[in-house]
Amino acid sequence: MSNDYTRIAKDGLWNNNIVFAQILGMCPTMAVTGSATNGLGMGLATTAVLVASNTLVSMVRNVVTPDVRIPVYIVLIATLVTLVDVGINAWAHDLYKVLGLYIALIVANCAVLGRAEAYAQKVGMLPAAVDGLMMGLGFTFALTTIGGIREVIGGGTLFANAHLLLGPSFSFLETTLIPGYKGYLLFILPPGGFLVLGFLLAGKRILDKRMAHRCVALTSAPAPVAG
Amino acid sequence: MNLEQLRGMFAYPGAVLGGIGLLTSGALALADRATLTDIKMAQDRDMKLSLTQVLPGHYENDLLKDTVTLPGPDGEVTVYRACQKGHVVAVVFKVQARGYAGPVVSMMGVDRDGKMLGVRVIKHSETPGLGDKVEPAKSHWIHSFEGKSLGETSAEKFAVKKDGGVFDQFAGATITPRAVVKSVKGGLLFFARERVRLLADNAVIAGKPSATKEIP
Repeated sequence: MSNDYTRIAKDGLWNNNIVFAQILGMCPTMAVTGSATNGLGMGLATTAVLVASNTLVSMVRNVVTPDVRIPVYIVLIATLVTLVDVGINAWAHDLYKVLGLYIALIVANCAVLGRAEAYAQKVGMLPAAVDGLMMGLGFTFALTTIGGIREVIGGGTLFANAHLLLGPSFSFLETTLIPGYKGYLLFILPPGGFLVLGFLLAGKRILDKRMAHRCVALTSAPAPVAG
Repeated sequence: MNLEQLRGMFAYPGAVLGGIGLLTSGALALADRATLTDIKMAQDRDMKLSLTQVLPGHYENDLLKDTVTLPGPDGEVTVYRACQKGHVVAVVFKVQARGYAGPVVSMMGVDRDGKMLGVRVIKHSETPGLGDKVEPAKSHWIHSFEGKSLGETSAEKFAVKKDGGVFDQFAGATITPRAVVKSVKGGLLFFARERVRLLADNAVIAGKPSATKEIP
Protein backbone atom coordinates (compact mmCIF):
# COMPACT_ATOMS: atom_id res chain seq x y z
CA MET A 1 0.00 0.00 0.00
CA SER A 2 2.77 2.45 0.95
CA ASN A 3 4.15 1.77 -2.51
CA ASP A 4 0.92 3.19 -3.88
CA TYR A 5 1.30 6.38 -1.91
CA THR A 6 4.90 6.82 -3.07
CA ARG A 7 3.65 6.56 -6.61
CA ILE A 8 0.84 9.08 -5.91
CA ALA A 9 3.39 11.48 -4.45
CA LYS A 10 5.82 11.08 -7.35
CA ASP A 11 3.01 11.53 -9.87
CA GLY A 12 1.66 14.64 -8.23
CA LEU A 13 4.97 16.34 -7.56
CA TRP A 14 6.84 15.52 -10.75
CA ASN A 15 5.89 12.79 -13.22
CA ASN A 16 2.32 13.92 -13.73
CA ASN A 17 2.65 17.49 -12.41
CA ILE A 18 -0.46 19.54 -13.21
CA VAL A 19 1.49 22.34 -14.87
CA PHE A 20 4.68 20.73 -16.11
CA ALA A 21 3.23 17.44 -17.38
CA GLN A 22 -0.55 17.73 -17.74
CA ILE A 23 -0.33 21.40 -18.83
CA LEU A 24 -3.64 22.05 -17.08
CA GLY A 25 -4.71 25.08 -15.09
CA MET A 26 -2.98 27.50 -17.44
CA CYS A 27 -5.43 30.32 -16.69
CA PRO A 28 -4.46 30.78 -13.01
CA THR A 29 -0.87 29.83 -13.81
CA MET A 30 -0.42 32.72 -16.22
CA ALA A 31 -2.52 35.18 -14.24
CA VAL A 32 -0.94 35.03 -10.79
CA THR A 33 2.71 34.15 -11.32
CA GLY A 34 3.94 37.74 -11.48
CA SER A 35 5.62 37.12 -8.15
CA ALA A 36 6.67 34.10 -6.09
CA THR A 37 4.40 35.11 -3.21
CA ASN A 38 1.30 35.27 -5.40
CA GLY A 39 2.18 31.91 -6.94
CA LEU A 40 2.61 30.37 -3.51
CA GLY A 41 -0.69 31.80 -2.25
CA MET A 42 -2.62 30.62 -5.30
CA GLY A 43 -0.96 27.18 -5.06
CA LEU A 44 -1.89 26.75 -1.41
CA ALA A 45 -5.51 27.85 -1.99
CA THR A 46 -5.77 25.41 -4.90
CA THR A 47 -4.27 22.64 -2.76
CA ALA A 48 -6.93 23.19 -0.11
CA VAL A 49 -9.66 23.00 -2.75
CA LEU A 50 -8.11 19.92 -4.39
CA VAL A 51 -7.87 17.95 -1.14
CA ALA A 52 -11.45 18.82 -0.18
CA SER A 53 -12.90 18.24 -3.66
CA ASN A 54 -11.12 14.91 -4.13
CA THR A 55 -12.33 13.74 -0.71
CA LEU A 56 -15.92 14.81 -1.36
CA VAL A 57 -16.00 13.30 -4.84
CA SER A 58 -14.66 10.02 -3.50
CA MET A 59 -17.25 10.15 -0.72
CA VAL A 60 -20.21 10.46 -3.09
CA ARG A 61 -18.79 8.20 -5.82
CA ASN A 62 -21.16 5.30 -5.06
CA VAL A 63 -24.24 7.50 -4.82
CA VAL A 64 -23.79 9.55 -7.97
CA THR A 65 -24.72 7.98 -11.29
CA PRO A 66 -22.50 8.54 -14.32
CA ASP A 67 -25.16 10.65 -16.09
CA VAL A 68 -25.08 13.45 -13.55
CA ARG A 69 -21.53 13.12 -12.25
CA ILE A 70 -20.10 16.17 -14.04
CA PRO A 71 -22.75 18.64 -12.79
CA VAL A 72 -22.44 17.17 -9.30
CA TYR A 73 -18.65 17.57 -9.30
CA ILE A 74 -18.90 21.11 -10.64
CA VAL A 75 -21.42 22.09 -7.98
CA LEU A 76 -19.17 20.60 -5.30
CA ILE A 77 -16.04 22.34 -6.60
CA ALA A 78 -17.78 25.69 -7.06
CA THR A 79 -19.12 25.49 -3.52
CA LEU A 80 -15.70 24.70 -2.08
CA VAL A 81 -14.09 27.56 -3.97
CA THR A 82 -16.76 29.95 -2.73
CA LEU A 83 -16.19 28.76 0.83
CA VAL A 84 -12.44 29.35 0.49
CA ASP A 85 -13.18 32.75 -1.07
CA VAL A 86 -15.42 34.06 1.70
CA GLY A 87 -13.19 32.47 4.35
CA ILE A 88 -10.08 34.26 3.13
CA ASN A 89 -12.03 37.48 2.68
CA ALA A 90 -13.25 37.36 6.26
CA TRP A 91 -10.24 36.04 8.13
CA ALA A 92 -7.21 36.92 6.01
CA HIS A 93 -8.37 40.13 4.44
CA ASP A 94 -4.91 41.44 3.55
CA LEU A 95 -4.20 38.29 1.60
CA TYR A 96 -7.61 38.63 -0.02
CA LYS A 97 -6.63 42.03 -1.35
CA VAL A 98 -3.67 40.38 -3.10
CA LEU A 99 -5.32 37.16 -4.26
CA GLY A 100 -9.02 38.01 -4.17
CA LEU A 101 -9.38 38.38 -7.88
CA TYR A 102 -7.81 35.00 -8.54
CA ILE A 103 -9.52 32.78 -5.97
CA ALA A 104 -12.61 32.53 -8.16
CA LEU A 105 -10.31 31.37 -10.96
CA ILE A 106 -9.81 28.06 -9.11
CA VAL A 107 -13.24 27.03 -10.42
CA ALA A 108 -11.91 27.51 -13.93
CA ASN A 109 -8.88 25.37 -13.11
CA CYS A 110 -9.66 22.22 -15.05
CA ALA A 111 -7.09 20.34 -13.00
CA VAL A 112 -9.54 20.23 -10.09
CA LEU A 113 -12.31 18.64 -12.17
CA GLY A 114 -9.64 16.60 -13.94
CA ARG A 115 -8.48 14.95 -10.72
CA ALA A 116 -12.10 14.23 -9.70
CA GLU A 117 -12.82 12.60 -13.03
CA ALA A 118 -9.51 10.81 -13.59
CA TYR A 119 -8.76 9.60 -10.09
CA ALA A 120 -10.93 10.52 -7.10
CA GLN A 121 -14.13 8.94 -8.39
CA LYS A 122 -12.41 5.56 -8.71
CA VAL A 123 -10.72 5.20 -5.32
CA GLY A 124 -11.37 5.46 -1.59
CA MET A 125 -11.30 8.68 0.38
CA LEU A 126 -7.76 8.41 1.76
CA PRO A 127 -5.91 7.84 -1.52
CA ALA A 128 -8.13 10.49 -3.11
CA ALA A 129 -7.21 13.02 -0.44
CA VAL A 130 -3.49 12.14 -0.70
CA ASP A 131 -3.69 12.52 -4.47
CA GLY A 132 -5.31 15.94 -4.03
CA LEU A 133 -2.61 16.99 -1.59
CA MET A 134 0.25 15.83 -3.83
CA MET A 135 -1.24 17.29 -7.00
CA GLY A 136 -1.82 20.52 -5.11
CA LEU A 137 1.73 20.63 -3.78
CA GLY A 138 3.05 19.94 -7.27
CA PHE A 139 0.92 22.81 -8.57
CA THR A 140 2.19 25.05 -5.75
CA PHE A 141 5.77 24.09 -6.59
CA ALA A 142 5.24 24.92 -10.26
CA LEU A 143 3.54 28.26 -9.59
CA THR A 144 6.12 29.34 -7.03
CA THR A 145 8.97 28.42 -9.39
CA ILE A 146 7.46 30.32 -12.33
CA GLY A 147 6.59 33.26 -10.09
CA GLY A 148 10.07 33.31 -8.57
CA ILE A 149 11.81 33.34 -11.94
CA ARG A 150 9.53 36.06 -13.30
CA GLU A 151 9.95 38.14 -10.16
CA VAL A 152 13.74 37.91 -10.11
CA ILE A 153 14.16 38.74 -13.79
CA GLY A 154 11.32 41.23 -13.87
CA GLY A 155 11.89 43.14 -10.65
CA GLY A 156 15.06 41.88 -8.96
CA THR A 157 13.22 40.75 -5.82
CA LEU A 158 12.13 37.37 -4.47
CA PHE A 159 9.10 36.71 -2.26
CA ALA A 160 8.25 40.41 -1.96
CA ASN A 161 5.22 40.96 0.31
CA ALA A 162 5.54 37.45 1.74
CA HIS A 163 4.44 38.81 5.12
CA LEU A 164 0.98 39.51 3.68
CA LEU A 165 0.60 35.86 2.83
CA LEU A 166 2.37 34.04 5.65
CA GLY A 167 2.38 36.55 8.49
CA PRO A 168 5.08 38.94 9.73
CA SER A 169 7.35 36.12 10.93
CA PHE A 170 8.02 35.19 7.32
CA SER A 171 9.25 38.61 6.24
CA PHE A 172 12.79 37.16 6.27
CA LEU A 173 11.88 35.51 2.97
CA GLU A 174 11.61 38.89 1.30
CA THR A 175 14.91 39.45 -0.43
CA THR A 176 16.16 41.94 -2.96
CA LEU A 177 18.51 39.93 -5.12
CA ILE A 178 19.59 42.72 -7.43
CA PRO A 179 19.64 46.09 -5.59
CA GLY A 180 18.95 49.12 -7.77
CA TYR A 181 17.65 46.91 -10.59
CA LYS A 182 15.45 48.85 -12.98
CA GLY A 183 13.35 45.82 -13.80
CA TYR A 184 12.67 43.94 -17.01
CA LEU A 185 9.01 44.60 -17.61
CA LEU A 186 8.45 41.85 -20.17
CA PHE A 187 8.69 39.17 -17.50
CA ILE A 188 6.07 40.76 -15.26
CA LEU A 189 3.66 41.13 -18.19
CA PRO A 190 1.73 38.08 -19.48
CA PRO A 191 4.27 37.15 -22.22
CA GLY A 192 6.83 36.58 -19.47
CA GLY A 193 4.61 33.84 -18.07
CA PHE A 194 4.54 32.02 -21.39
CA LEU A 195 8.29 32.42 -21.90
CA VAL A 196 9.20 31.11 -18.44
CA LEU A 197 6.73 28.21 -18.69
CA GLY A 198 8.12 27.28 -22.10
CA PHE A 199 11.71 27.19 -20.86
CA LEU A 200 10.71 25.23 -17.75
CA LEU A 201 8.80 22.66 -19.85
CA ALA A 202 11.81 22.23 -22.10
CA GLY A 203 14.04 21.93 -19.04
CA LYS A 204 11.84 19.22 -17.54
CA ARG A 205 11.90 17.26 -20.82
CA ILE A 206 15.71 17.37 -20.91
CA LEU A 207 15.95 16.36 -17.25
CA ASP A 208 13.51 13.47 -17.71
CA LYS A 209 15.40 12.26 -20.77
CA ARG A 210 18.71 12.32 -18.93
CA MET A 211 17.20 10.41 -16.02
CA ALA A 212 15.73 7.83 -18.37
CA HIS A 213 19.15 7.48 -20.03
CA ARG A 214 20.80 6.96 -16.67
CA CYS A 215 18.19 4.34 -15.73
CA VAL A 216 18.81 2.49 -18.97
CA ALA A 217 22.56 2.73 -18.45
CA LEU A 218 22.24 1.40 -14.92
CA THR A 219 20.11 -1.57 -15.87
CA SER A 220 22.04 -2.46 -18.98
CA ALA A 221 25.51 -1.93 -17.54
CA PRO A 222 25.68 -5.06 -15.33
CA ALA A 223 24.48 -7.27 -18.17
CA PRO A 224 27.80 -7.61 -20.04
CA VAL A 225 29.58 -8.31 -16.75
CA ALA A 226 27.22 -11.14 -16.03
CA GLY A 227 27.39 -12.39 -19.61
CA MET B 1 -35.06 -1.29 -1.36
CA ASN B 2 -31.28 -1.22 -1.70
CA LEU B 3 -29.04 1.26 -3.46
CA GLU B 4 -28.80 -0.84 -6.63
CA GLN B 5 -32.58 -0.79 -7.13
CA LEU B 6 -32.73 2.89 -6.31
CA ARG B 7 -30.07 3.70 -8.88
CA GLY B 8 -32.15 2.06 -11.54
CA MET B 9 -35.07 4.40 -10.98
CA PHE B 10 -35.76 7.12 -13.53
CA ALA B 11 -35.86 9.95 -10.99
CA TYR B 12 -32.71 8.88 -9.15
CA PRO B 13 -30.05 10.99 -10.98
CA GLY B 14 -32.22 14.10 -10.76
CA ALA B 15 -32.85 13.50 -7.09
CA VAL B 16 -29.12 13.09 -6.41
CA LEU B 17 -28.28 16.29 -8.27
CA GLY B 18 -31.08 18.13 -6.48
CA GLY B 19 -30.04 16.79 -3.09
CA ILE B 20 -26.43 17.81 -3.60
CA GLY B 21 -27.52 21.22 -4.84
CA LEU B 22 -29.61 21.63 -1.70
CA LEU B 23 -26.77 20.58 0.59
CA THR B 24 -24.23 22.87 -1.04
CA SER B 25 -26.59 25.86 -1.06
CA GLY B 26 -27.17 25.25 2.63
CA ALA B 27 -23.43 25.23 3.24
CA LEU B 28 -23.04 28.45 1.28
CA ALA B 29 -25.84 30.15 3.19
CA LEU B 30 -24.25 29.17 6.50
CA ALA B 31 -20.83 30.36 5.38
CA ASP B 32 -22.31 33.65 4.23
CA ARG B 33 -23.94 34.18 7.62
CA ALA B 34 -20.76 33.26 9.44
CA THR B 35 -18.50 35.62 7.50
CA LEU B 36 -20.85 38.54 6.87
CA THR B 37 -19.87 40.69 9.83
CA ASP B 38 -16.15 39.91 9.54
CA ILE B 39 -16.11 40.86 5.86
CA LYS B 40 -18.07 44.06 6.54
CA MET B 41 -15.64 44.97 9.31
CA ALA B 42 -12.62 44.32 7.11
CA GLN B 43 -14.09 46.44 4.31
CA ASP B 44 -14.89 49.26 6.74
CA ARG B 45 -11.32 49.10 8.02
CA ASP B 46 -10.01 49.37 4.45
CA MET B 47 -12.32 52.28 3.76
CA LYS B 48 -11.28 54.06 6.96
CA LEU B 49 -7.63 53.57 6.09
CA SER B 50 -8.04 55.11 2.65
CA LEU B 51 -10.08 57.94 4.19
CA THR B 52 -7.39 58.80 6.72
CA GLN B 53 -4.78 58.78 3.97
CA VAL B 54 -6.47 61.58 2.04
CA LEU B 55 -7.66 63.35 5.16
CA PRO B 56 -4.80 64.04 7.54
CA GLY B 57 -5.65 65.26 11.01
CA HIS B 58 -8.23 64.34 13.58
CA TYR B 59 -11.98 64.58 13.22
CA GLU B 60 -14.68 64.16 15.82
CA ASN B 61 -17.23 62.19 13.82
CA ASP B 62 -17.36 58.72 12.31
CA LEU B 63 -16.71 59.45 8.64
CA LEU B 64 -18.24 56.19 7.49
CA LYS B 65 -21.58 57.10 9.04
CA ASP B 66 -21.69 60.79 8.10
CA THR B 67 -22.24 60.64 4.37
CA VAL B 68 -24.33 62.43 1.78
CA THR B 69 -25.16 61.08 -1.65
CA LEU B 70 -25.33 63.49 -4.57
CA PRO B 71 -25.61 63.12 -8.33
CA GLY B 72 -22.05 63.50 -9.62
CA PRO B 73 -20.24 63.51 -12.97
CA ASP B 74 -20.69 59.76 -13.39
CA GLY B 75 -23.59 58.47 -11.36
CA GLU B 76 -24.22 58.99 -7.68
CA VAL B 77 -21.32 60.04 -5.50
CA THR B 78 -21.14 59.17 -1.83
CA VAL B 79 -19.40 61.98 0.02
CA TYR B 80 -17.85 61.35 3.43
CA ARG B 81 -17.81 64.45 5.61
CA ALA B 82 -15.35 65.28 8.35
CA CYS B 83 -16.40 67.59 11.16
CA GLN B 84 -14.56 69.72 13.69
CA LYS B 85 -16.46 71.68 16.35
CA GLY B 86 -19.76 70.77 14.74
CA HIS B 87 -18.89 72.15 11.31
CA VAL B 88 -18.01 70.27 8.19
CA VAL B 89 -14.37 71.12 7.50
CA ALA B 90 -13.50 68.64 4.78
CA VAL B 91 -15.13 66.11 2.47
CA VAL B 92 -13.85 62.95 0.83
CA PHE B 93 -15.27 61.29 -2.25
CA LYS B 94 -14.40 58.89 -5.06
CA VAL B 95 -13.71 59.99 -8.60
CA GLN B 96 -12.78 57.96 -11.65
CA ALA B 97 -11.66 58.24 -15.24
CA ARG B 98 -10.66 55.82 -17.96
CA GLY B 99 -7.00 54.90 -17.82
CA TYR B 100 -4.90 52.80 -20.15
CA ALA B 101 -6.45 49.50 -19.04
CA GLY B 102 -9.79 50.21 -17.46
CA PRO B 103 -11.05 52.70 -14.92
CA VAL B 104 -8.68 54.42 -12.49
CA VAL B 105 -10.56 55.07 -9.26
CA SER B 106 -9.21 57.63 -6.83
CA MET B 107 -10.25 58.90 -3.43
CA MET B 108 -9.77 62.63 -2.91
CA GLY B 109 -10.03 64.82 0.17
CA VAL B 110 -10.99 68.50 -0.18
CA ASP B 111 -11.19 71.10 2.59
CA ARG B 112 -13.83 73.86 2.99
CA ASP B 113 -12.03 76.24 0.66
CA GLY B 114 -11.67 73.76 -2.17
CA LYS B 115 -8.00 73.04 -1.41
CA MET B 116 -6.95 69.44 -1.86
CA LEU B 117 -5.78 67.55 1.21
CA GLY B 118 -4.75 64.41 -0.57
CA VAL B 119 -5.46 61.99 -3.40
CA ARG B 120 -4.98 58.23 -3.48
CA VAL B 121 -5.59 55.88 -6.36
CA ILE B 122 -7.54 53.04 -4.77
CA LYS B 123 -8.18 50.86 -7.80
CA HIS B 124 -6.50 50.57 -11.16
CA SER B 125 -5.24 47.95 -13.58
CA GLU B 126 -2.48 49.97 -15.25
CA THR B 127 0.74 48.48 -16.59
CA PRO B 128 3.07 47.47 -13.76
CA GLY B 129 6.28 49.46 -13.92
CA LEU B 130 4.81 52.27 -16.03
CA GLY B 131 1.32 53.40 -15.09
CA ASP B 132 1.45 52.14 -11.53
CA LYS B 133 3.67 55.06 -10.52
CA VAL B 134 0.41 56.64 -9.36
CA GLU B 135 0.76 54.43 -6.26
CA PRO B 136 2.49 56.22 -3.37
CA ALA B 137 4.68 53.14 -2.76
CA LYS B 138 6.19 53.47 -6.24
CA SER B 139 6.51 57.24 -6.70
CA HIS B 140 5.82 60.56 -4.98
CA TRP B 141 3.76 61.78 -7.89
CA ILE B 142 0.36 61.44 -6.22
CA HIS B 143 1.47 63.91 -3.52
CA SER B 144 1.77 66.67 -6.12
CA PHE B 145 -1.97 67.29 -5.78
CA GLU B 146 -1.73 68.26 -2.12
CA GLY B 147 -2.48 71.95 -1.52
CA LYS B 148 -3.66 72.54 -5.10
CA SER B 149 -7.04 74.10 -5.78
CA LEU B 150 -8.93 75.44 -8.76
CA GLY B 151 -8.51 78.95 -7.36
CA GLU B 152 -4.73 78.75 -7.38
CA THR B 153 -4.29 76.56 -10.46
CA SER B 154 -6.62 77.63 -13.24
CA ALA B 155 -8.80 75.06 -14.92
CA GLU B 156 -6.69 75.11 -18.12
CA LYS B 157 -3.49 74.56 -16.15
CA PHE B 158 -5.07 71.62 -14.35
CA ALA B 159 -3.58 69.05 -16.73
CA VAL B 160 -0.36 67.12 -17.31
CA LYS B 161 2.62 69.10 -18.66
CA LYS B 162 2.25 67.56 -22.10
CA ASP B 163 -1.18 69.16 -22.32
CA GLY B 164 0.12 72.52 -21.10
CA GLY B 165 -0.65 71.95 -17.43
CA VAL B 166 1.35 71.84 -14.22
CA PHE B 167 1.40 68.12 -13.39
CA ASP B 168 4.25 65.83 -14.41
CA GLN B 169 3.61 62.82 -16.59
CA PHE B 170 5.73 59.66 -16.37
CA ALA B 171 8.31 58.65 -18.94
CA GLY B 172 6.48 56.21 -21.19
CA ALA B 173 3.10 56.67 -19.57
CA THR B 174 0.97 59.75 -20.09
CA ILE B 175 -2.45 58.16 -20.21
CA THR B 176 -2.55 57.09 -16.56
CA PRO B 177 -1.54 60.45 -14.98
CA ARG B 178 -3.79 62.22 -17.48
CA ALA B 179 -6.70 60.07 -16.28
CA VAL B 180 -5.96 60.82 -12.62
CA VAL B 181 -5.59 64.55 -13.25
CA LYS B 182 -8.81 64.58 -15.28
CA SER B 183 -10.78 62.75 -12.61
CA VAL B 184 -9.42 65.00 -9.85
CA LYS B 185 -10.28 68.10 -11.85
CA GLY B 186 -13.79 66.72 -12.33
CA GLY B 187 -13.95 66.14 -8.58
CA LEU B 188 -12.94 69.73 -7.83
CA LEU B 189 -15.54 71.08 -10.26
CA PHE B 190 -18.11 68.82 -8.60
CA PHE B 191 -17.10 70.22 -5.22
CA ALA B 192 -17.36 73.81 -6.46
CA ARG B 193 -20.80 73.15 -7.88
CA GLU B 194 -22.16 71.37 -4.80
CA ARG B 195 -20.15 73.25 -2.17
CA VAL B 196 -23.15 74.74 -0.34
CA ARG B 197 -24.97 71.44 -0.11
CA LEU B 198 -21.84 69.51 0.86
CA LEU B 199 -20.87 71.85 3.66
CA ALA B 200 -24.35 72.47 5.07
CA ASP B 201 -24.13 71.61 8.73
CA ASN B 202 -27.34 69.67 8.98
CA ALA B 203 -27.89 68.85 5.40
CA VAL B 204 -31.18 67.57 4.10
CA ILE B 205 -30.36 66.65 0.53
CA ALA B 206 -33.14 66.37 -1.99
CA GLY B 207 -35.69 65.56 0.65
CA LYS B 208 -33.59 62.72 2.02
CA PRO B 209 -32.48 63.27 5.58
CA SER B 210 -28.78 62.56 5.79
CA ALA B 211 -27.24 60.59 8.57
CA THR B 212 -25.91 63.74 10.22
CA LYS B 213 -28.64 64.32 12.75
CA GLU B 214 -26.42 63.88 15.77
CA ILE B 215 -24.14 66.71 14.62
CA PRO B 216 -25.46 70.14 15.59
